[in-house]
Amino acid sequence: MLLSSLVILPLLTVLAVAFCKELQQIRVVAFIGTLLQLALVAYIYTAYQSQSITQSNFLLERDCEWFPLLNIHYHVGVDGISMAMIILTAIIVIAGVLVSWKIKELSKEFFILLLLLSAGAYGFFISLDVFTLFFFLEVAVIPKFLLITIWGSGKKEYSAMKLALMLMTGSALIFVGLMGLYYTAHSFDLQTISKTLLNPEAQKIIFPFLFIGFGFFAALFPFHTWVPDGHSSAPTAASMFLAGISMKLGGYGCLRVATYLLPYAAQYYSPYIIALAAIAILYGAFATMMQTDLKYINAYSSVSHCGFVLLGIGMLTQTAITGAVMQMVSHGLITALFFAAIGMLYERTHTRQVKELGGLLKVMPFISTVFIIAGLCSLGLPGLSGFAAEVTVFVGSWQRTETAYRIATIVSCASIVVTAVYILRATGSSILGAVKNEHFLSLKDATWNEKLAALLLLIGIIVIGIMPYVLQNAITAPVVDIMNHLNANK
Amino acid sequence: MMKELLYHITAFKSLPLGEVGGAALWIILLPLANFILLGLGKKYLKNMAGVLSTVLLFIAVVIALSIAYHYFFIDGKQNGVYQTITICQAHWLSLSPTMNVELGIQLDALSVMMLVVVTFISSMVHLFSLGYMKGEERYANYFAYLGLFTFSMLGLVAATNLLQLYMCWELVGVSSYLLIGFYFEKPSAVAAAKKAFIVTRFADLGLLIGILILSFNTGSFDFQTVIQSLTNTQSSSFISITASSFLGMSTLTWGLILIFIGGAGKSAMLPLHIWLPDAMEGPTPVSALIHAATMVVAGVFLVAKLFAVFAIDVTALQLVGYVGSASALFAAIIACTQTDIKRVLAYSTMSQIGYMMFALGVSKYGGEEGLGYSAALFHLFTHAFFKSLLFLCAGAVIHLVHSNEMKDMGGLRKLMPVTHIAFLIACLAIAGVPPFAGFFSKEEILSATYKNNKGIYILALFTSAVTAFYMFRLYFSIFWNKSFDNHHHEHHGEGTITMKLPLLILMLCAAAVGFIPFSEFISSDNHPFHSAIHIGFSILPVVLGLCGITLAAFLYFKQNDRPDKIVNSIQVLYKTAYRKFYVDELYLFITKKIIFNGIAKPAAWIDKNIVDSCMNGVASITTTISATIKNMQSGKVQQYALYFFAGVAVLLMAVLYVWK
Repeated sequence: MLLSSLVILPLLTVLAVAFCKELQQIRVVAFIGTLLQLALVAYIYTAYQSQSITQSNFLLERDCEWFPLLNIHYHVGVDGISMAMIILTAIIVIAGVLVSWKIKELSKEFFILLLLLSAGAYGFFISLDVFTLFFFLEVAVIPKFLLITIWGSGKKEYSAMKLALMLMTGSALIFVGLMGLYYTAHSFDLQTISKTLLNPEAQKIIFPFLFIGFGFFAALFPFHTWVPDGHSSAPTAASMFLAGISMKLGGYGCLRVATYLLPYAAQYYSPYIIALAAIAILYGAFATMMQTDLKYINAYSSVSHCGFVLLGIGMLTQTAITGAVMQMVSHGLITALFFAAIGMLYERTHTRQVKELGGLLKVMPFISTVFIIAGLCSLGLPGLSGFAAEVTVFVGSWQRTETAYRIATIVSCASIVVTAVYILRATGSSILGAVKNEHFLSLKDATWNEKLAALLLLIGIIVIGIMPYVLQNAITAPVVDIMNHLNANK
Repeated sequence: MMKELLYHITAFKSLPLGEVGGAALWIILLPLANFILLGLGKKYLKNMAGVLSTVLLFIAVVIALSIAYHYFFIDGKQNGVYQTITICQAHWLSLSPTMNVELGIQLDALSVMMLVVVTFISSMVHLFSLGYMKGEERYANYFAYLGLFTFSMLGLVAATNLLQLYMCWELVGVSSYLLIGFYFEKPSAVAAAKKAFIVTRFADLGLLIGILILSFNTGSFDFQTVIQSLTNTQSSSFISITASSFLGMSTLTWGLILIFIGGAGKSAMLPLHIWLPDAMEGPTPVSALIHAATMVVAGVFLVAKLFAVFAIDVTALQLVGYVGSASALFAAIIACTQTDIKRVLAYSTMSQIGYMMFALGVSKYGGEEGLGYSAALFHLFTHAFFKSLLFLCAGAVIHLVHSNEMKDMGGLRKLMPVTHIAFLIACLAIAGVPPFAGFFSKEEILSATYKNNKGIYILALFTSAVTAFYMFRLYFSIFWNKSFDNHHHEHHGEGTITMKLPLLILMLCAAAVGFIPFSEFISSDNHPFHSAIHIGFSILPVVLGLCGITLAAFLYFKQNDRPDKIVNSIQVLYKTAYRKFYVDELYLFITKKIIFNGIAKPAAWIDKNIVDSCMNGVASITTTISATIKNMQSGKVQQYALYFFAGVAVLLMAVLYVWK
């Protein structure tokens, strides 16, 4: 029940928001709702910690039949990986509500959709039944379409349609994969399937559907093209949610469903995954260099950074997979912070073009500092979360000694230089330099809600950066479990 | 949670250094506290910021000096060998069940020496900055960045493992970025900061991969484990790393060369030096601290730290030697033609670091054979004093003249007597005139080189003559030459006492530190040995140095047209050197034309027009097909009836065909 309340609480908040009348009421209720979410997540974390001595991999489990005919269960539980993702979600949702404080148009609907998204994400991360998991994945897609079409900017209809269609295609592939799983394992239950030895040939057929399907969400090259358009057209909170959580749904699915359930196929397809991930990392970074819109820069850089998640998963070593999970959490926080900073700048200057900005550090020191820190974190500055995650992926990847894997690792390492180039270019011309536009001089720095949002994300980034072992200790057990499973199925 | 945290943060071991050992942590924590305090509370601290951070740093200096005293004179030696002592460790991350990364402080002779140098020079720079940066709008930020830099640099020199070194390595890079770009409204400063960061980042890629190679093969990041397993030729990791090869070089050679590339980037060695001259856009005290005395010698420190391993691999060590000597000469020639005084000093720094590098390159491991190693670090030590002094003097001059150009100066000796004397002593020191500090360290380098590599020795001799020439060209142009025209400038002399005091202290150091018997403290295998100056040997370099000085005096002591005549007679050569051998242009070509237009642009284009178009294409094909077949659902009953009967007919025919 404790875990299910993660889904119920946002839904209750949605109800409460629906009954609100004034703007002020709406946002306060939404904010309180998300605060309660964070409190609940903290409570679940302590409950999880106190139980983690027992043998079972998943804690706080609850299992009840949902649709007996097809053996579909509502089965939830958490392990370290999902716990980390849940905490990430809670933080990003609060930050998202805080940066959307000023939304005036249809604000009630906006917050309702945002809360629905969070319900979907929580449901996804706690599901232990792949069908339930798929159900929540879908819950998290549709609100995005509406968020972009209604509150977006630029060519929003096109972007929203593109995003929805591509993600739906991904979902369709996942669905086919799930059917394949069901007909080979006769179950939708994650643990049951993992215990049955699936026929290697069947694994080989099912794996691409699941991996590419989730890959659509995780920006697997070449299915990443919804990312730049989708992120840039979305309103700030939705961009934060998209890059911070939605893309992680994909990474989590690739790891938890595709790799964990189909270990033989994961090893069979590993070279292809590595190749695509390495391409995404370096090619995404180079493509970022040419972007002129701040949001496009961050969106393309997300493609590059999410490549590390897939690289880590594809390397199939314990260190690399640990790194992949750390990168999911770290990138979620960083990209949310980056989009928040860009959103704050855009709200004031009404432009996101690098060329039109300039000298903002002088005018808006707080927002600019946040922007610079987000940039430094993105380029892997030690002491912030990005470095800890990336270095874990690098060390884990280097453990694969085959030449092709080594090349992929070196190619991925090379991205640290390209990342520095595009981050410093963007910072140099938009934040530093002389003030380009006189009307910038009258702009105000961040308000309390924006500061709070940025600080919340920053604290997460710094804590992981300085004490990555906290995150690592939490995810070691499930990663070891995945590794045992992989090694048993060579 | 809290208990776990405390457990992780402090795990003090029993300390051979007694009470002071534990205080080593404070050397590192004080600058960090400074950074955090000023970063968060700059609004409230405004004018106190400078004093606060200077005081904190002076405390750190006192601790560092007392640790050095304890280490070198009381507890550090056991059985005649300087020990490596781990002061504290905090768990950071486990990268595999056997590879734990522990951040901490490890003291050996090299680290203790570096702790003293970094804290001492940093405190002098802090003191100088109190006056120099006064009235700056972002005064507190400046000191916060200095704190961040000092913290990271100390973390670097006290690192217990390669990954900690890499982390601090990146952090000093960022602090350097922030400080070069301190005047962020100046586009040239922003560009220089960016250039410095990106060039060194490129080199850091080498360092990162080098670290991956070494740590993978030895199964550890720890300096001691890595060095032990790679110097023991019987160990399995040594056998595996030397057995595998790639493009004709063993994995060990590759690893060391890649690590050296990282060091060469930070230490501005050829061909990765292009960022250093531009880095002079930063405030001058910063140049004194970061781009002269401490950060730029990190590459030398890195090679020295892993010297036991380098000494095993001849190829990698030779590369260090040749790159070092080439950089020394190359930079010295350019320095003769530059007119911006800070740029002259920047090239001179590069040249002197070249000396340290090739001294390491020609050195061998152990005993008196390791003279090059001691000499390199001796030069690092003396160079830190006289070069930071030169930069601070330059800062004082620039503060008065408001220009970096030599042509705006001249005859300043009367206006700024203290600076004049300090600058002169520093110039004598760098030119290798006895009995100033540079003489001793340079003599050691030259005698080590003479023994092991005659080619480099000749280059080094020539370079030391050139060094004396360009330094005195600078000295005469600033303080003698034409008389200073101070009508255009408000006369405010040499600045406050806080600006003069560091000059005086550093001047004393530049004059005296040469007398330290350095090889009795720092040696390649930590066995102290005695090295003596051979008077017969040192005559030649000193005479060459004096020739350089005389030539400079002949050309620049009084205003005359001789320099112009010489320039005209060797115009092509002069221009090539003045334009820094066109290396910048080459880089611009590579980055702009090849990487930017050749890779990044196509990547963005392909993404937009090919990958994305395919996705859009799939969508539009779907739309077209559905548009075509949607007409079938017209809602006309007659049409449906037609389809129905047609379908039935087809089925019937199929059934008949199958059944025959």
